[in-house]
Amino acid sequence: MISIRDISKWYGAFHVLKDCSTEIQKGEVVVVCGPSGSGKSTLIKCVNGLEPFQKGEVIIEGTSVGAKKTNLPKLRARVGMVFQHFELFPHLSVFQNLTIAQCRVLRRSAGEAEEKAGRLLDLVGLRAHARKFPAQLSGGQQQRVAIARALAMDPIAMLFDEPTSALDPEMIKEVLDVMVKLAQEGMTMMVVTHEMGFAKKVADRVIFMDQGQIVEDRLKADFFSRPNTDRAQQFLSKILSH
Amino acid sequence: MYAFDWSSIPASLPFLWQGMLVTLQITLVAIVVGILLGTIIAVVRLSKNPILSALAAAYVTLFRSIPLVMVLLWFQLALVPPVVRWLFPKSNLDLNLVIAFTAFAFFEASYYAEIIRTGIQSISKGQVMAAQALGMTDGAVMRLVILPQAFRRMIPLLLTQAIILFQDSSLVYVIGLADFFGVAKNRADSTGNEVEFILFAGAVYLILCLTMSMLVRQLQKRIVI
Repeated sequence: MISIRDISKWYGAFHVLKDCSTEIQKGEVVVVCGPSGSGKSTLIKCVNGLEPFQKGEVIIEGTSVGAKKTNLPKLRARVGMVFQHFELFPHLSVFQNLTIAQCRVLRRSAGEAEEKAGRLLDLVGLRAHARKFPAQLSGGQQQRVAIARALAMDPIAMLFDEPTSALDPEMIKEVLDVMVKLAQEGMTMMVVTHEMGFAKKVADRVIFMDQGQIVEDRLKADFFSRPNTDRAQQFLSKILSH
Repeated sequence: MYAFDWSSIPASLPFLWQGMLVTLQITLVAIVVGILLGTIIAVVRLSKNPILSALAAAYVTLFRSIPLVMVLLWFQLALVPPVVRWLFPKSNLDLNLVIAFTAFAFFEASYYAEIIRTGIQSISKGQVMAAQALGMTDGAVMRLVILPQAFRRMIPLLLTQAIILFQDSSLVYVIGLADFFGVAKNRADSTGNEVEFILFAGAVYLILCLTMSMLVRQLQKRIVI
């Protein structure tokens, strides 16, 4: 469904992504991990073209993200994305955050959009907060709204860019629970995270990145039981020991 | 000691009120048109097209480098009369009022453009990405996400600029328009009570501006976003 082929990206002279390639099948859950600065957030933002890249291509269901003739907004509307800092629209209520793109991008009627928004707020357990503004919610609640906002577009896949790293520890679980539920319902997901518990529970594959390269791209069981590289082994021992 | 004589002021109040209406009209038109035009200029200035961006920057620099009095005089001497005659050949518009409206609107647009540009740039990249990720086009991102937030942040500055504009509108006396200050000056000359009229006019400006400033401060406390 999503195929990333030999992506390279430079910030000036700095080579952030070096020939990264992988495939994500429909219904697959892929966790991307690695030390900070390894390029994982940049990679996931290349998938829906939020970050431009200089070499290689990303194909989503037959459409090339980098091609000039591609209608990028239209393609992005089909891929949901959740950000580290939630990025809810602070001037809109929770409910409006869920309906604005449905109405303005997908041209759904207000009634249809509101019905969808209501159902998704039920799913993330925040129906009672529909009239509030983002600033009145906790971080965990905001991130659950952000997930619902992305799901409101009926995406074919969901991208998560460190969805829990800006959260207080006691709020991480409520967000992961929603993500686990999504994964179990068969959503195609690419998740940049350090939450190895989440990876062990629902991931099909784990990608390990270091210094802009995909160092390992393995089935979950293989990755955790016998990583191929020293770098992945060191990373795992550090992250799993605490 | 100087003996104040306020006796001619009450009789002049209806005229002063007419002048105040002109002042308020100029202020209002300049705020509305200035903000609309200023928004367009700010957006164009931040656009990726280098030529359009440079043109917008040139507009802002030009108007901010010229004293308002000269802008008014140029609009009166060269720019507005031929355009008005060409557009509305038979009408009997108050030409001086049109000159004041257009000069202030174009002049203020350059100041509003800078305020709004700063407002737009204060919105984080993350907000833009979130809007893009939902499939919004650049235009929709600007209209639905950036501008609404930028304007909320900018309201105090925009209103402060409006207060300055309200005071600056008194400069229209140079094109012979009778705004509040112009009327006060005329009555002062014809009655001979110059000091009283200028003091009175000053007090009115002071009270109105102080009231508006206090409102802005109240508003500033209530805007959280």
